[in-house]
Amino acid sequence: MNKTPFSLPRRRFVQGLALGATGLGLSLSPRQLLATQGHTGAPILSGDTFHLTLGGADVNITGKTRQATTINGIVPGPTLRWREGDTVTIKVTNLLPETSSIHWHGLLLPFQMDGVPGLSFDGIKPGETFTYQFPIVQSGTYWYHSHSGFQEQTGLYGSIIIDPKTPDPQPFDREQVIMLSDWSDEDPKHIYATLKKVSHYYNFNERTVFDTLRDFRDKGVLQTLKDRHMWNSMRMSERDLADVTGYTYTYLMNGQSPNGNWTCQFNPGERIKLRFINASAMTFFDIRIPGLDMTVVAMDGQPVKPVDFHEVRLGVAETLDVIVEPKDDRAYTLFAQSIDRSGFARGTLTPDPALSAAVPDMDEPPLLGHTEMGMGAMNHGGMNHDTGDMDHNTMNHDIGGMDHSAMNHDMGSMDHSAMAVPFATDPANPDLAPRESATQHLDSEFGPGVDMRAMAPGEMLADPGIGLRDRDWKVLTYADMETAGGPPDSLHPDREIVLHLTGNMSRYMWSFNGIPFADAKPLELYHNERVRITLVNDTMMTHPIHLHGLWSDLELGDGKLLRKHTITVKPGEKLSYLVRADALGRWAYHCHLLYHMDAGMFREVRVIAKDGSQSMPAMDHHQHGEGA
Amino acid sequence: MMNMIKKGLPAIALTLSTQTALAMSEHPMWVGQVILDQLEVRDTDEGRVMAWELDAWYGGDFNKLYFASEGERLMAPEEDEEDPATEGAETRLAWSRALSPNWDWQLGVRRDWQPDDPNRDWASIGLQGLAPYWFEVNTHLFVGEDGLSNLRLEAEYELMFTQKLVLVPSLEANLYGKEDDELGVGKGLTDIEAGLRLRYEIRREIAPYIGVNWEKQYGDTADFTRNAGGKTEEGSVVAGIRLWF
Ligand SMILES: [Cu+2]
Repeated sequence: MNKTPFSLPRRRFVQGLALGATGLGLSLSPRQLLATQGHTGAPILSGDTFHLTLGGADVNITGKTRQATTINGIVPGPTLRWREGDTVTIKVTNLLPETSSIHWHGLLLPFQMDGVPGLSFDGIKPGETFTYQFPIVQSGTYWYHSHSGFQEQTGLYGSIIIDPKTPDPQPFDREQVIMLSDWSDEDPKHIYATLKKVSHYYNFNERTVFDTLRDFRDKGVLQTLKDRHMWNSMRMSERDLADVTGYTYTYLMNGQSPNGNWTCQFNPGERIKLRFINASAMTFFDIRIPGLDMTVVAMDGQPVKPVDFHEVRLGVAETLDVIVEPKDDRAYTLFAQSIDRSGFARGTLTPDPALSAAVPDMDEPPLLGHTEMGMGAMNHGGMNHDTGDMDHNTMNHDIGGMDHSAMNHDMGSMDHSAMAVPFATDPANPDLAPRESATQHLDSEFGPGVDMRAMAPGEMLADPGIGLRDRDWKVLTYADMETAGGPPDSLHPDREIVLHLTGNMSRYMWSFNGIPFADAKPLELYHNERVRITLVNDTMMTHPIHLHGLWSDLELGDGKLLRKHTITVKPGEKLSYLVRADALGRWAYHCHLLYHMDAGMFREVRVIAKDGSQSMPAMDHHQHGEGA
Repeated sequence: MMNMIKKGLPAIALTLSTQTALAMSEHPMWVGQVILDQLEVRDTDEGRVMAWELDAWYGGDFNKLYFASEGERLMAPEEDEEDPATEGAETRLAWSRALSPNWDWQLGVRRDWQPDDPNRDWASIGLQGLAPYWFEVNTHLFVGEDGLSNLRLEAEYELMFTQKLVLVPSLEANLYGKEDDELGVGKGLTDIEAGLRLRYEIRREIAPYIGVNWEKQYGDTADFTRNAGGKTEEGSVVAGIRLWF
């Protein structure tokens, strides 16, 4: 390899999306030189052999020049266009001064190709080239990103389009990837350290004296004090909507800041497929196109029964394919505001590049409520302030002396243990401890790392989530979607695992079951078994939970499943999904909020042969395993 | 001791910048913070006094090394016979351990520095954290030589007027278990200090402030001070800056 590998890419100056492929031909194969250019200038690479080069480059997104990590010199990286049934070979050369990796998000492949340092392989050392090779057994919209350090935050991500073997059941005339992401001029390590020091550092939506005076006027002094009592006695804030906000983030659409106004041109009357990808490190986006109906046709790459809608909250790492059919000769704004309303990404869909449409105002930041505190979903009704008072009394003893039995009230109505699925057990692994009910809290959930426990988490798949509940238009929820063609696999689990999503906001600690990754044992699944994973969100944050290498079939009830790779769990929510453990190996399982993952909301999942006859496949770079 | 702080700061900064977070927190990142909570000038009858309160810590989620220093220094005396001098300072070094979601306990040592009088060394045990209703609370029991003991209670609250304008009321009380006649400290409640500071956060890390500070001595301590010709109660206007990194 080049002995001074950083000099070439570092000199490059990337403006927003950046630079195109000029001068980068050095590292491109002849096939890639023929690659088509997208509307944005980001190259689309297709074929079955690819060369990706990871490097550093100066970018200027906010007016300040900063160092980004790039793929083939650009942010986001090139779009990779694959065909179902092909076997692809991707040679990834790391010119960064640190170990790197690429993980193929949502793809089924041998675990050695999954790209998670420490689980799949050793990572790609500086100057090294690693060859990924795997068969493509699915189609749809996916993406790829680094699984090393905080590289994903600084630009190491790109999109993947896999064309189906059979004709697409939802034909279209034009298609466009819309990749949303969050950019900071701050070093991500600095962001993380700042969160550990002052967890509300980026929140500039805290309650003030004037808010209280206004509430005195609007709600009365007594009611205001009652409301405040709950939050204040728990030392929580109804304004904690996002850890990292627009204070440091600039939200990007296909690498362009809102001012850059990324634009896609169309001819009126065309059916346009928009492939939304939330490639951000920490940001939930609420996406809408004022004046235009959207029809969802796929989520996380998997076709769903089409549903019309107007707005959707897209979780970090999720993808959503929609069809729009603009008939009028006018421009439309693609508007994606962050969940805490601290900023937005924006672009334009227009028949004429000279046109643009009005950009909507951002909404007022919503306030967290009883639902988010896990005191019962809002649609259950009856959660008045009196029960709130009752609940917090059992929740605010935090200096030891917690009465565990007081925490066992399962007020929710969807206790899966009633279905008599045996709990996965392993005496040595607290994650697999049997529970009387899904909402029972393990001893490990009582410690400095856990600042709240949901008392009555609710079924909230049909809840659009905070800030979207009183829209006058249709907000798409998981409950609206169902995998096309009926349940893709059995509805009946062999075993159940219950995991609570836990954390301590002010200490900025995150974990499953109160146990951070550093102290956890792997979750062991037996090859080919069907496991139900039930998640209970005991925090006031929304977490996108991603299992590598295996599908997660979300249980919608009534025998319906929604096949996904990343499942967003709202505060106070309890949900279940089914996993077919059909790929042997070591898989990552984690919250896809980058800083939550790093703080410990992470597990290793091991798929092993039940009788022990087939041991764990070796972590070998050149062996492709039998998992896929 | 003060030199130690000066040397300590760059060392922490250096460690932070070279720290690499590894994927998946197999080796959780250690973090450090230095908070100059008060660096202020007080206008008193004896003259202009500079006062400081500094905290610093370094460590992980559960265990931290903790350092604190506070003190006063007479800058510009009203009467000529007095020299500019440190009137008193205190440093503490402690191991801090997470106890519950909102509380840490601390085990450490404290040294009091007096310009003329004997220094005092103490062992300390403390509880530090966030009480319900967001009161920042610090409680320390110090046990010193010759059976001396000191219980100190501190509380602070942050009242936000805007996202950047914050009013901070604070209260500190000291109780002694035994008279320390060498230093003129009585038994029981010795003194209370109350403050009200209004700060403006230019950034979260940089916040100039103005405010008032009030100190009063009680019981035998007040008598000792009166007999020595000193004042037992004093209010002052303060101006200063809060910094952290
Ligand atoms: Cu999370």
